[in-house]
Amino acid sequence: MIRIAWLVAVKDLRIEARSRVLLWQVLPFGAMALLLSGLALGPTHAGHSTAGPGLFYLVTLFVALLMINRSQGIERTPGTRASVATLGLDPAGVFLGKTLALAIELWVSGVVLLCGAVLVLHTALHGALLALPSIIVTLGAMAAAGTLYGALTSGGEGAATLLPVLTLPAFAPLLISGERSFSAALNHGALWQWWVIVVVALVAYLGVGILLYGVLEES
Amino acid sequence: MVRLDDAVVLSNGFPLLSGVDLELVAGSLSVITGANGAGKTSLLRLLGGLVALSSGRGTVVGIDLSEGDLRHLRRRVGWLGHEGSFYDDLSVRENLEFAARALGRPTQAIEGVVERVGLTHRIDTTTKQLSAGQRRRLGLSWLLLRRPELWLLDEPYASLDDEGRTFFDGLLGEVVAGGATVVVSAHDPLRSAALHPRTLTLAGGRIVSDVA
Amino acid sequence: MMKQLSQRLLGPVTLALLTLTFWLGMWVTPPDKVQGDLVRLVYVHPAIAWVALYVSFGTATIASALYLWKRTRSMVMDRVAHCAMEVSVVFIILTLITGSIWGRPTWGVWWAWDARLTSTAILGVLAVGYLALRRANDDPSLRARRSAVFAILSAINVPIIHFSVLWWKTLHQGATVFTANRTLLIHGIMAWTLLISFIAFTLLFFWLLRARYRLEVSRDQSRSVALATSLEMRRREGAI
Repeated sequence: MIRIAWLVAVKDLRIEARSRVLLWQVLPFGAMALLLSGLALGPTHAGHSTAGPGLFYLVTLFVALLMINRSQGIERTPGTRASVATLGLDPAGVFLGKTLALAIELWVSGVVLLCGAVLVLHTALHGALLALPSIIVTLGAMAAAGTLYGALTSGGEGAATLLPVLTLPAFAPLLISGERSFSAALNHGALWQWWVIVVVALVAYLGVGILLYGVLEES
Repeated sequence: MVRLDDAVVLSNGFPLLSGVDLELVAGSLSVITGANGAGKTSLLRLLGGLVALSSGRGTVVGIDLSEGDLRHLRRRVGWLGHEGSFYDDLSVRENLEFAARALGRPTQAIEGVVERVGLTHRIDTTTKQLSAGQRRRLGLSWLLLRRPELWLLDEPYASLDDEGRTFFDGLLGEVVAGGATVVVSAHDPLRSAALHPRTLTLAGGRIVSDVA
Repeated sequence: MMKQLSQRLLGPVTLALLTLTFWLGMWVTPPDKVQGDLVRLVYVHPAIAWVALYVSFGTATIASALYLWKRTRSMVMDRVAHCAMEVSVVFIILTLITGSIWGRPTWGVWWAWDARLTSTAILGVLAVGYLALRRANDDPSLRARRSAVFAILSAINVPIIHFSVLWWKTLHQGATVFTANRTLLIHGIMAWTLLISFIAFTLLFFWLLRARYRLEVSRDQSRSVALATSLEMRRREGAI
C-alpha cells in the first residue's frame, strides 16, 4: 500500500510539474480571488480586515476544488483509464498517493495565498506563521476529503458541477475550524477544540478512503 | 482460458452485448470482426474485467466474472486500446517505469522493449508529443514488458503504417507460439495468412459466425 | 399475516395519531407563560427534526452500510437508502421551515447563525447532494456503490459539522424535553402530546418510505420490461 501510494504521489506531482497547471492556472486564479475578496470588502475594510483568515480559507477552498478536478482529470482520459486499470493497483495505495500529492499542491498554494493575505489583506505575519501548523493539517484533511469526493463524482454526468455540491458541505467544518484557529493564532486565543475537529476529520477521511476507495472504482 | 455463457453487458440500459457464448483455449489467436457498434470493444473489455457482466456467466483465466476479484483478473490481462496508453504528460520511459514498478517488475528491460518497438529515439519524449502510431507502439512495449497470459488488442492495426503492420503480424505469431492467448478486434480479417486465426463475427452484440 | 395487518394499519394509525397530535397541540395543551401560543410548535418542530436528522438519515445510512457489506449487498438496500434519503430531504426542509417560523418571533429574524439551524441546512445540502449524485450515474451498480459511500461519509460528517458549528456559535434554546441529567422538563398533557407527536411523525416517515419504496419497485419492474425489449431489438440487429 505504501509503495503504491508513493508511486502514485510521485507520478501525480511529476505530471503537475510538467503540465504546470497549478502554476499558470490555479495560483493566478487564487491570487485574483484574494484581490476580489479585498474589493468585495470595500475600501474601508479591505486593508485592515479581521476577515483575513476566513477569506484565506474561502479562496483556498475554491482553489482546492480546481485541484481536485485536476487530480481526477489526469486519470480520466479513456486510454489512461483502461491501461491503468490493467495494473490492478491497490485502491488504498492509490487513495493515499493521490491524497499526498493533492496535499503537497495545496500546501504550496496555501503558502502563496498566505503571503497574499499578509500583503493584500494586511494579516499579521507573526499570527500567520503561528497558524501555519493548523493550516498544514487543515489542508491535509481537505486533500483527503477532496480525493474521496473527487473519486465519487469522477466520470459522472456533470462531474465538475457536482463536485462542489458534494464537497462544500464536507469542507464547512474545515473552513470553520481553520478560520477559528487562524483567528485564535492572530489573537492568541484558545485552539484545542479546533484542532480536535480537524484531526477527527482527517482521521475519518483517511480511514474511509483506505477502506472504501476501491468501492468507488468504475467497472 | 475463456468461457462465456449468454453474457450480457449493459450500459445505461442499452445492451452492448446481448448474449455471447464463447470458449477460447489457451495459446489461440482469435480475431473479432463486425460493423461499428457490433460490440467488439465491449467484448474485449468484458474479457479484461474492464466492464461488469450484467447477466449470464463467464470465467476468464479461471476468474469468475460475476463473483471473482476483477482486480486480479485485470492484472493478468494485457490491454491495448485504440485511445492511447497511460499518461500524456509523462515520457515513454516514465510511463513504462510507473507501470513496471506498480506491478513489481524490473525496470532494466525497458530500454530493450522500447528498442524492439522502434521507439528508442523517442524514449524521453512526453506521450502527448507522439503520433497515434507511436502511441500504439508504446502500448505494445508495455505488453512486451509484461508478457500477460491474455492479450486483448482493440483495433491494433489502426494508425500503423505498413512497416508497423508487418512488425505487428510477426509479434502476434511470436506471442501465440509462446503460449499466450490473443484476442484481436479488427474491421477486416488479418492480412498475414501465416497466422491462421479463428475469426468470430459479431452483430447486434452476439456472435453470428465462428470460422476456425 | 401479522406483517400484512401491520402494513394495512400503518396508514390509518399514522393519520389517527397525527390528528390526535393536532387536536391535543392546538386545543388541549395550555399556552406557555413566555412564548404564548408559539410554544405549540413544540409538538411539530422537534418531532419533524427527530425524523429528519435521526430516523430517515439513520435509515439511509444503515441501508447504505448494509449495501456496502458484501454479505448483505442487494438492490433492496440501495432502494431503501435512496427512498429514505428522499423522504429525509422533505423532513429537513420542513424542519428548516418550522424552525424559521419559530425563530422569527423569538430571535427577530427568519435565519440566524445558530448551530442547529446551520448544521441542519448543511445536512439538507448533503441529502440533496446524495440525490444529485444518484442522478449523475446511470449504471445501477456504480450508482449504488457511490451513493452508499457518500451516505456513510455524510453520516460521519454529521457530528463533525454539528460540533464545529456548535462551538462556532449557538442561539438555540436548550434541550426541550430533558435536562442534561435526564430530568423531564415538561409534564402532564404536554409531555404526552409531545410523545404522541414523536410516534406520529416517525410512523409518517415509515408510511412515506413504504409508499416511495413501492413506487421504486414498480419503476424497476418497468425498467426490466424495457430492458427485455431493447435486448430483443439488439439481438434482431444480428439477425438482419
